[in-house]
Parts: sequence; structure tokens; C-alpha cells
Amino acid sequence: MSAPALPRWADIVLLPLVNLAMAMVVAGTVMALIGQNPVKVMAMMAQGAFGSLRGVSYTLYYTTTFIFAGLAVAVAAHGGLFNIGAEGQGTLGGLGAGLVALWLSYTMPAIVVLPLMILAAAAFGAAWAAVPAWLQAYRGSHIVITTIMFNFIAYTLLVYLLVNVLKAPGSMAVESAAFGDAASLPTIKEALERFGIDWPSSPLNLSFFLALLAAGGVYVYLWRTRAGYRLRTVGSSAGAAEYAGIRPAHQMMIAMAISGALAGLIAANEIAGVNRRLLLDFTAGAGFTGIAVALMGRNHPVGIMLASLLFGALYQGGAEVTFEIPGFTRDMVVTLQGLVILFSGAMAYVLAPALSRLLHMTPWMQSSPAR
Amino acid sequence: MDAILAGTLIASTLRVATPLILCAMAGMLAERSGVVDLGLEGKMLFAAFAASAAGVASGSLLVALIVACAIGVLLSWLHGFACVTHAGDQVVSGMAINIIAAGLTVVLAIAWFEQGGQTPPAPDAVRMKALWPGAAQALGPVIGEGFFSQSVLVYVALLSVPAVWWLVYRTRFGLRLRAVGENPNMVDTAGLSVRRLRYLALTLNGVLCGLAGAYLVLAQSAAFGPNMTAGRGYMALAAMIFGQWRPFPALGACLLFGFLDTVAVRLQGVKLPNVGEVPVQAIQALPYVLTVVLLAAFMSRNAAPRALGKPFVKEH
Repeated sequence: MSAPALPRWADIVLLPLVNLAMAMVVAGTVMALIGQNPVKVMAMMAQGAFGSLRGVSYTLYYTTTFIFAGLAVAVAAHGGLFNIGAEGQGTLGGLGAGLVALWLSYTMPAIVVLPLMILAAAAFGAAWAAVPAWLQAYRGSHIVITTIMFNFIAYTLLVYLLVNVLKAPGSMAVESAAFGDAASLPTIKEALERFGIDWPSSPLNLSFFLALLAAGGVYVYLWRTRAGYRLRTVGSSAGAAEYAGIRPAHQMMIAMAISGALAGLIAANEIAGVNRRLLLDFTAGAGFTGIAVALMGRNHPVGIMLASLLFGALYQGGAEVTFEIPGFTRDMVVTLQGLVILFSGAMAYVLAPALSRLLHMTPWMQSSPAR
Repeated sequence: MDAILAGTLIASTLRVATPLILCAMAGMLAERSGVVDLGLEGKMLFAAFAASAAGVASGSLLVALIVACAIGVLLSWLHGFACVTHAGDQVVSGMAINIIAAGLTVVLAIAWFEQGGQTPPAPDAVRMKALWPGAAQALGPVIGEGFFSQSVLVYVALLSVPAVWWLVYRTRFGLRLRAVGENPNMVDTAGLSVRRLRYLALTLNGVLCGLAGAYLVLAQSAAFGPNMTAGRGYMALAAMIFGQWRPFPALGACLLFGFLDTVAVRLQGVKLPNVGEVPVQAIQALPYVLTVVLLAAFMSRNAAPRALGKPFVKEH
């Protein structure tokens, strides 16, 4: 006997929440097994993430990066492609932003340098994504494999450039010289100080608004323009798109270029906003968090913003708990992230039949007419 | 080239290639049955942790090996549960396994051993020693040191290649395995269970991943460290694709990647005639670049199993 289909609201809202709860329960079980109190840990995480203005600022800082990464994965997914390369595209975005900053930030004003840095970040990210996209579209090389390879190549490229070319003279650390002031995207604290408003110190910077803008832009593009319709058509059925006169190879290139550009913008937050120099591994796995975020957010910008907020809170909350509970590290959050990908992604519909039967047993669902 | 250098290069290439070979053979069994296995990295990492933890706790090499293989198989079954039983996305499931392994191994290592995510070095009884310690004296630096100074898992890895070849190309199971990766509907029509065949392939895959992980902590380094696989699982996947899903070409790719890694370490700061100093990073990136180039150049030959990555849903 096959279970009846889930009603739409349950498919969009209830099932993701149930899957998230499953991941939380498994993570909580792990915590309990190693002698930590999961309820206490989760309460501390919530307190650390939302309990103070400073905590909220840190949460939103992490959220910013995850929105970019999640949108990157989602746009590619709407084009029918799985982009595992957001990590490498973000790395190249950092290189683009860094090169512009090292070139111009000591001589030019911020109004020139910052837009160029953001453009360069997006362009470098897009270019790094365009190669696997081209290979997939015209040579049939599987994009999952090529994007993984490009992550490693991006990393070794950055190591090479930082060690041999861009390293600050006389410095031991593998990082570039500090950028000039013109290359600093103002933090919220710095921005609000101009209006005389006091805000706690945090890495949260103006790229947060860029992320919101990007989310709005992705929504309008995908669901309110013909170009977006073409892209989604290819993602749903490349064959049908071809009959309708849409060239799938073209749309794959566009999807990956936008995806790579969004991933490149991670650098706006991490490089221009926070580190203000080019360094290794500033993406810190955000490209993979983006996969979890996109899966949880069902590839929709609103869902992605909510899922990014959740992961931002987990990262910030997790960092706070590290100070309080000995033996608790960020790795617990990484584990939870993997569990979310497992339950919301790979096993997304495992619970659907059971959930559906449960819903149809409730008197309220039985009285409503069958769909 | 002098003989001692040649001997060390050969020995080092074999050592680096061993986990790659085991994982590449594991990946081949899964992918020939039609299941994409991106989780090689995570399975190897978790098995390495399991081998180390079990070795430290029990003091027995056999227990360490069994636990490592058991963990590899369990993770493979999780992959099977998500993708074979419930037709979930195979790529996503593999990524999930990798990320869970990266996080959970460190969480458990900190909880159990309190050394910042490392495990204590395994006692001597658990370590794998060279099968024939006197080989270099008896057979000279090239043959002796190069080929016969290794621990048993190196030879197991080398033997796994003809074994997998024989299994895939010369047995009834292998014929069915290849069929289920090319056309599961046909296999189903013939009255065989697609699920059973894929689970069998995943089980063997888990054992081989377990051995690869065990090799890392019992023969190569002395203890487990966070993310110690460092992308080897992905490199094995690349080697398997580089070898076009065939055992012996994949072995060649693993040996090539192992040799490149060995050379990269030795070429640090060395000036080559006519070329000048080659950046180490360029040699390190070479396996990945080669794989991309090869994929782009030869994929028109359709080497990949036809049903790879497509979940099989039985029609009622």
C-alpha cells in the first residue's frame, strides 16, 4: 500500500521541520553519549546566538556568508546542476577582491575600490565556475567531479600565490599585506557610529545587505523573468527545454556563472568586511554549508535566508558554548550540519509516507475533502 | 639515478598509493553497480579513527582491523539505505557522510581521548610492521627496499586489483554487477534483486574503505588526527575515473598520483635543468588537473556505467 500524497503545506513546512528535528535528535543523542546535556547545550547555543545584540551581530555575520553560499548552490540546482565547487569559487572570489585591493586600495578612495572589489570577487567566482560548466555543457564531463577537482586546484593556486607572490615581505604568516583603508567594507558598528548610534563590536558588515539584495535578485530573476524561466525549464527537463527552443548548454553556462558569482561574493563578507587581507582557507567550509542551507531552504531564497539564519545561529551559538563547556568544539556543529544534509537532502522523503499516514489519521484531515 | 634513491622513491610511491588503490577499488565496485560513491573520503576517515580507537582500547591488531571494516560497511549501508532503499540523491548522501565523518570523528576523539581531536599513538602490538625487515640487505636497495620492505596491507592493496578484476569480469556476480550498473531494469526483469546486488557491492566497498582507513593509522602514521585523510578519498575517486572505471588503469592512476606526491615532497626548492624551480603546488595540483583534462578529452567514449547515479525504482 502506498501512502497518500502529502498536502502542499506539509511538504513545504512540516516535512523540512521534521527532518531538521531528526538531525537535532541524532546530534543530541551523540551529545548525551559523550556526557553532555543536549538540552543545556542547545539552550546555551540559543542564548549565545540571540541573547545579546553582540551575539545577534555575530549570528548575522555567519548568516551573510551562508546566504551567498546557499544561493550559489540553489541557482545551479535550478539549472539542474549540483555545484559542489562553491568553496573553490569563493576562494577565487577572494583572490579577485584581494588583487583589486592590493592594487588600488593605497591610492584610490573607497567609493572606487569597494565596488571594484565586489565586482572582481563576483567575476573571478563566475569565471572559476564557468570552466566546469563549459566542460559539462559541451564535453559531458560530470560537473560534480570537475567542481570537486576545481576546489583543490583553487586551494593550491591560492597557496602558491600567497607563498610566492602576494606574501607581505618580512612576514612569516602565509597571508597578503593588510589592505589600505579604502578596501574595508564598513562594519555595522562603524556605519552606525556616523549616525551617533552605539552598536556592539562584531564582524557584521554592510555585505549583509548585499546578501539580502542578492536573495531578492535571485528571486526576481528565477521567478519573475523570462531568462529565469528558461533556466528553470532546463533544470526541470533539458529535453523539453530543447523542444521549446531553449538551448540547455547555454542555460547551464548561465546558471553556473551566476552560481559562481554568488559564491565569489563570500569574499565581500570575509575578505573586504572582516579580514581585510587575503589569507588561506577564509571560506572555512562555507561552500559545503551552502549545500545544507540550499537543501533545507528547498532552493528558495526565503527558505535559504531562514536556513542561513539557523546555521549562523548554530555557528555563533556553538562558538559561545566552546567557552562554557570543556570538550565542546565547532566539530559538533559540523556534525549537525552533515546530519542536516543527510536528513533534509539524501533522506528527505524517507519519512514522508509515515508523516502522510499520520496526518490522514487526524480527524481534521479526514473531514477535509481529498485533494 | 643512484639505486638508494630509486629504492626510496618506489617504496614511498607504493606507500602513498596504497590507500588510494583500496579506495579506488571500493569506488569501482559501488559505481559499477550504479551507485555514485562520493563518501570514500568520509568512510576512510571514520575507519581510520575507528581503527586507532579500537587499537588503543583493545591492544589487538585484529580487533582494530575488524572495527575499521565494520565502520566502513555500516557507513556504506547508510549510503545504501538512503540511496538504494529510499532512492535518495547519491551525491548528496556521499557529501553528508563526508561531513558527518569530518565532524563526528573529532567530537568522539575529544570526548574519549582529550587530546584535541587526536588519538594517542597505537601501542606497538597494534602497528603493522614490514613483512620482511631484512629485505633491503637480502635483495639490494631497489628490489628489496623498493618492493619488499612494506607492510602487509600494501600487498593486500596490490592484490585487490586483480581480485576486483576477476570478480567483475570473470564471475557470475561480476556480470550481474556490471549489468545492474548499465541497465537495472533488465536485471530486474531477469528476476534478480537490484537492491541485493547493490547492497553486496556496497558491503565489499565498505570493507575496502575500512582497510584503507586502517592503513593510515596502523602503518603510515602512528595516531589519528583531525581530517587526516586530507582529500585522499576524492583523489581515489579521481584515479578511478582517470582509469575509466577499470581496475588496472585505475591502479596505474593511483601509482601515478602516488609518484607525483612523492616527487612533490622531494622537489621542494630543487632547480631542474631547463625548467628552473618547479612550484610544489603545481605538482600537487597535477592529479586534479589531469583528471579534469582526461574527463574532458575522453568522456565521449562513455566509460561511465550507464545507470550511474540514477536511483532504481521498481515498477509495480
